[in-house]
Amino acid sequence: MSDVLYDVPGPKAVLRNRILTAVLTLALAGAGYLVWKRLSDRGQWAGELWEPFTHADVWTNLILPGLVNTLKAAAVASVLALVFGAVFGVARLSEHRWIRIPAAVVVELFRAVPLLILIVFLKFGVNGLNIGLRVESFTAVVVGLMLYNGSVLAEIFRAGVSAVPRGQSEAAYGIGLRKTGVMVHVMLPQAVTAMMPAIVAQLVVLLKDTALGFIVAYEDLLYRGVNVFAVNPPVKYIQAMIVIAIIYITINMAIGFLANRLEARSRRSRKSAAAPVTSAPAAPGMSAS
Amino acid sequence: MSAVWDERGRMLAAFLLTLKLAGVSAIGSLLLGTVLVSMRVSPIPVLRWSGAAYVNLVRNTPLTLVLLFCGLGLGTVFELQFGDDVSVTTYWLAIIGLTAYTATFVCEVLRAGINTVPVGQSEAARSLGFTFRQNLTLVVLPQAFRSVVGPLGSVLIALTKNTTVAAVIGGLESANVMKDLINAHGDASLPIFAGFALMFVLVTLPTGIFFGWLAKRVQVLR
Repeated sequence: MSDVLYDVPGPKAVLRNRILTAVLTLALAGAGYLVWKRLSDRGQWAGELWEPFTHADVWTNLILPGLVNTLKAAAVASVLALVFGAVFGVARLSEHRWIRIPAAVVVELFRAVPLLILIVFLKFGVNGLNIGLRVESFTAVVVGLMLYNGSVLAEIFRAGVSAVPRGQSEAAYGIGLRKTGVMVHVMLPQAVTAMMPAIVAQLVVLLKDTALGFIVAYEDLLYRGVNVFAVNPPVKYIQAMIVIAIIYITINMAIGFLANRLEARSRRSRKSAAAPVTSAPAAPGMSAS
Repeated sequence: MSAVWDERGRMLAAFLLTLKLAGVSAIGSLLLGTVLVSMRVSPIPVLRWSGAAYVNLVRNTPLTLVLLFCGLGLGTVFELQFGDDVSVTTYWLAIIGLTAYTATFVCEVLRAGINTVPVGQSEAARSLGFTFRQNLTLVVLPQAFRSVVGPLGSVLIALTKNTTVAAVIGGLESANVMKDLINAHGDASLPIFAGFALMFVLVTLPTGIFFGWLAKRVQVLR
């Protein structure tokens, strides 16, 4: 679409575009120089602030264990969220009102409450309830991520099952399958294929949200990098944050690339009668309309 | 329950701050997002690349880290100040971070919206002699906006919830206040949590319903 917004440039437009390109490139370079200059005015390019990143022990003792903690929380929370999502997604499609309505309330509630509020409550609030539970930061982060992302995934699962054409379930009932059989053998396999891109996209969100663990002092990549490594004199906030950002961006872009590949594949695939579900479900309240 | 009632002033103040952060950042990110999407579809390659680079870099960075860049980077290292009061500086630093982050999502939503506008629309505009700017601002973007009201609403609701992450650069933000209140009234942690959760539900649910209604109302029938 974007390439039909303007005509194929003629000689005048080519000239104008070239001039604009030159001007804008200069402006970008100027902005880059300004950032560089500001950083150097503050002494942020000093060798001793960057040199620690060449030490092997900084990586093996601080940053990589932090990354492992981030990935561990993300992996555990992903598995739990997928299970939570599958259970509540199917429960919302139940024929029984006493299953469908409580499931809907849970899903809508956890999607409407900010994840950080949930995590802070789990970390600091549950201990005060006197029910004999001591919640570690890891548990708070993982359970919070499970409840929130599980609820979003439940909506994705529901959308996936609804995207399978009605004829499929009618045919399945027609050959004598019962409710469970229709769901397990016919609807879910096709729904999962259709939902794959949306599921992977949600898992990227989950991975990014593990960084909220920083606030409840979970020793993830961000916490290790900023609160443990960067504050050690000489203080190197900017340097540490740039390195950490590069790590996060690389991982997330790799998963995002995978999501695009999956989407292209499920568009070509004839394994599912349903069109691929690519976007996250609408925010709570909107689905009602 | 009495703890919640006694502390209602602090809870409401914290929530009001959330709404203010969300409101200002929403306006900022809609503007920045529109600029970004115009860059991404422009005929000038440098603009396209820089727009794409910005969106991909910021979108893939956790919001916590984006806000830390504002708080520790702009605030601590560059000593950026917006007033004599620390809370004013924190407030604007949070708005910069939230705007920079949310704008990338607005940009992606609008780009999807531009793709829903039939090719014939912009071809017709071109055949009338419209320039790129006229084509984008008079024909394509107005239709694109109307087709993405629903997803834009989702982005704004996510922004409202994301304002809690501003707790990372301090200030009397909902998450921080809730933590303080729980520390002060440990035995009432559940009602305090329920109070905060309820305030968010009371804002996000009607907003969602409103955007759902608005999306239906303004949708382009094709």
